[in-house]
Amino acid sequence: MSVVSKDRIAEPWGSRTPYGSGQEWPVRVDSHLAEGVTPDQVDRWVRSASILHSNGDALDIAVKDGRMVGVRGRSQDRVNHGRLGPKDLYGWQANDSRDRLTRPLVRRDGELVETDWDTAMDMVVRRSKELLDEQGSSALGFYTTGQLFLEEYYTLAAISRGAIGTNHLDGNTRLCTATASAALKESFGCDGQPGSYTDIDHADVIALYGHNMAETQTVLWARVLDRLAGSDPPRILCVDPRPTPVAREAALHLAPLPGTNMALMNGILHEIIRQDLVDHDYVDAHTVGYDGLAEMVADYPPEHAAEICGVPAEQIREAAALLGSAERLLSTVLQGFYQSHQATAASVQVNNIHLVRGMLGRPGAGVLQMNGQPTAENTRECGADGDLTGFRNWSNDEHVADLAAVWNVDPMRIPHYSPPTHAMQIMRYAEKGSIRFLWISATNPAVSLPELERIRSLLAQEGLFLVVQDLFMTETAELADVVLPAATWGEKTGTFTNTDRTVHLSDKAVDPPGEARSDLDIFLDYARRMDFRDKDGAPFPQWHDPESAFEAWKRASAGRPCDYTGITYDKLRGGSGVQWPCNDDNPDGTERLYADGRFWASSDVCETYGRDMVTGAPQEPSDYKAMNPDGKAIIRTAEYLPPHEEPNEEHPFALITGRTLYHFHTRTKTGRAPQLQRAAPEVWVEVSPSDAREAGVSEGDLVEVASPRGTIRARARINDIRPGVLFVPFHYGYWDTVKDGEAGGRDRAANEMTVTDWDPVSKQPLFKTSAARLRPLDGGGHVPAPAPTTTASRPVSTEVSETHGGPDAATEERIGGGVS
Amino acid sequence: MKIHLALHELYGSESALADELLRMADQHADEHEVRHVSMDLARWSREHVRELAAAGERYGLNLGDSEVDAPEPLPEEAGALSGDSSDPELLLLADLRRLHRMAAGVSLDWDLLGQGAQVVADTELLALTKRCHPRSLRQMTWADAMLKTVSPQILSS
Repeated sequence: MSVVSKDRIAEPWGSRTPYGSGQEWPVRVDSHLAEGVTPDQVDRWVRSASILHSNGDALDIAVKDGRMVGVRGRSQDRVNHGRLGPKDLYGWQANDSRDRLTRPLVRRDGELVETDWDTAMDMVVRRSKELLDEQGSSALGFYTTGQLFLEEYYTLAAISRGAIGTNHLDGNTRLCTATASAALKESFGCDGQPGSYTDIDHADVIALYGHNMAETQTVLWARVLDRLAGSDPPRILCVDPRPTPVAREAALHLAPLPGTNMALMNGILHEIIRQDLVDHDYVDAHTVGYDGLAEMVADYPPEHAAEICGVPAEQIREAAALLGSAERLLSTVLQGFYQSHQATAASVQVNNIHLVRGMLGRPGAGVLQMNGQPTAENTRECGADGDLTGFRNWSNDEHVADLAAVWNVDPMRIPHYSPPTHAMQIMRYAEKGSIRFLWISATNPAVSLPELERIRSLLAQEGLFLVVQDLFMTETAELADVVLPAATWGEKTGTFTNTDRTVHLSDKAVDPPGEARSDLDIFLDYARRMDFRDKDGAPFPQWHDPESAFEAWKRASAGRPCDYTGITYDKLRGGSGVQWPCNDDNPDGTERLYADGRFWASSDVCETYGRDMVTGAPQEPSDYKAMNPDGKAIIRTAEYLPPHEEPNEEHPFALITGRTLYHFHTRTKTGRAPQLQRAAPEVWVEVSPSDAREAGVSEGDLVEVASPRGTIRARARINDIRPGVLFVPFHYGYWDTVKDGEAGGRDRAANEMTVTDWDPVSKQPLFKTSAARLRPLDGGGHVPAPAPTTTASRPVSTEVSETHGGPDAATEERIGGGVS
Repeated sequence: MKIHLALHELYGSESALADELLRMADQHADEHEVRHVSMDLARWSREHVRELAAAGERYGLNLGDSEVDAPEPLPEEAGALSGDSSDPELLLLADLRRLHRMAAGVSLDWDLLGQGAQVVADTELLALTKRCHPRSLRQMTWADAMLKTVSPQILSS
């Protein structure tokens, strides 16, 4: 065992611990404690997992004198083998910020003023009842997050759908994980991640589609880096218009024009099929729809696809050869596909590569349709997004009746006459005034949704009663009629599930500040004050705390793919991380789905009857039964369609937005952790060297970026992004800016510029297909852009000083394990 | 032989459908999904119109020269949802209902042309109908699906 100290801002992935194909990933325990605190001074270590990304890294929270003082990775956990990422190591400090909300606020004479819980909740309840009397359940909407716990989502779903009976419940997971869920449902009949992180240990080819894993899931990327540093390394395929750390390690990097993923995928599949790199036995035994795919992609020879995507035809052939020669192929997909034009259709093509090559359900052969947020998976399972609880099918009356029986409510109460209303449609109904009560929990649409001027004005409407439940006075909370102070991670108990179906328990470590309450307590308090009842007159929901909520959820999950019936809080406290399904048949959980080539796709069990890949129209049950009588995997396909907004003379650039390694969402937490904030303190825009030259822009120059909808100002980072493309990180809003000047100084958020458009299948908004222009402003001053040098934003100039964290970023790494 | 009449009819109905989809995209520009999908679907119809014009040439028709007047969109029967309302919500319902009927008409016309193509053993024309007809059905299904999605909120508020 060796112990090293690392600046994990400067070295986000930490020390290498190389390993070979099929070997166990070595343990490396990362820990960071507050300055001056030594391990022996820690009173308690409290079990939890990462809350600032979707990887689900298991960790323990250090508590001293009733306060959080640090974190340490859990060596025995299957997900991270002890490692933590920069956001985990430093982000916990935000809990203790002085500007946490500690009392409820209500709007009086235009101002938000502090009040007590009874007053605030009475206002919420009174308005709910008035609207239910006046208009009915269609007047009420709920917009939640990907950061609460399973118990909270399940409760919110029960209240919205089972008690109120509104169809208007969705999460901001619509922005991050809707396409993952849709693509899995379309291909396999039901949601559920097929692969496992352990597939990295075995794969000989790893393909990342629009997935900058190095920045979105740093610990998972460390696993890949360790394979690359070991014997028998995998070959990497990277599809991304940016020069990401993934692209730097790739055997092959394709940088398609934004909005053309479908043409690229059709071109690659054209070659795979033309060269007959197809596992026909698998296709015949386990799939339907192969002929349709072959017919469709016949129209996309590499030269044709190359013309559309701006990728050399030769590279498309090489990609097909790489994928076609893999013996153990792992594919991962994220926002470069999910937030782009034809999102679901393109993501489904990744599934199709695995289906036609028979690459599913065995070590190294898997698909990971990723999530962006830590608990996004649970919104899908619990039905706190546009899904029905327990991966049930809203258009299957028996599934609805089954859920109603679990809840002990009338099936007619649960809306299932049309697909659950998705987030962008909820906002549209609010804009038109037919949703008049909107309860937003733990998300910040006034910075994170597209076309912000529109979002701000619709949220600020007089006729909309807006409830915001959060930790801080966010840009959205400022528009609210009632603000409810919430407890967060480390201050409450509950479970959550990562991208590869691993369930962790997160125990309460410290008390929340002031009068802040857990989201579960707030939702249950609302239900009691509303006096919701089940069919027997008992209070509904029938549970009262995290563990009873979890036990209730288990009954709702029984017999469904996301079966939790074999999991208890005690079991989670005894081990560390269990993959569902976990039940009598699989008491230790399930590493990979579909190992036997059988799917949850027969018409009586599937979660969806499918949608048209172009129009998004739901397919009729009878059509589905005729198409897929034996419940096999479904190979769906579509032609390429050009994006709805393309660069033109006035707006010659394709604008894409995205994350950076050091921040999460709108920086409500990471902007309050000094090490993270210093690493990426301000917004920037990435420009290619040739575009910068043409525009007369140098590194660090102040520029204006404008789309048909809005304008921002930022410093230019000149990097190796694909020419013709601009990138702006979406994290930067206005809570920490000086509010003066024109337009209230609203010239920083990337979403001032983004287009209102979404994938018709998954309803995920498109953040990767806006057109924009760029012009230099005065006032460069030879200061480099405030962008990290460690990430995709690495400058071409060698004169920019390297991003580092300083002494307070020192992190201990114990390679080989053990705790100090 | 009257197959040119079927071609002529379909050319007209498909052209009208393309125009109607573009009109809807414009009319309901704030209903973002209606707008974007309408434009994608208009692309299909315009493609069909071009292919029909090319097929028409083989039957001595000069459809591309647009001496054919596209029929006016179907007159609405009188009623509360007739579409002459100034309420944009009711107008949306009326437009989706009309779109469904127009797409159904186009679908029927493809059926008709397909029958003609078979009886004269015109394999090229038959292939065209097989390629295009499913899209009319998808356009129709979309209008129905959109109607089902937006109507509950409109009818309840």
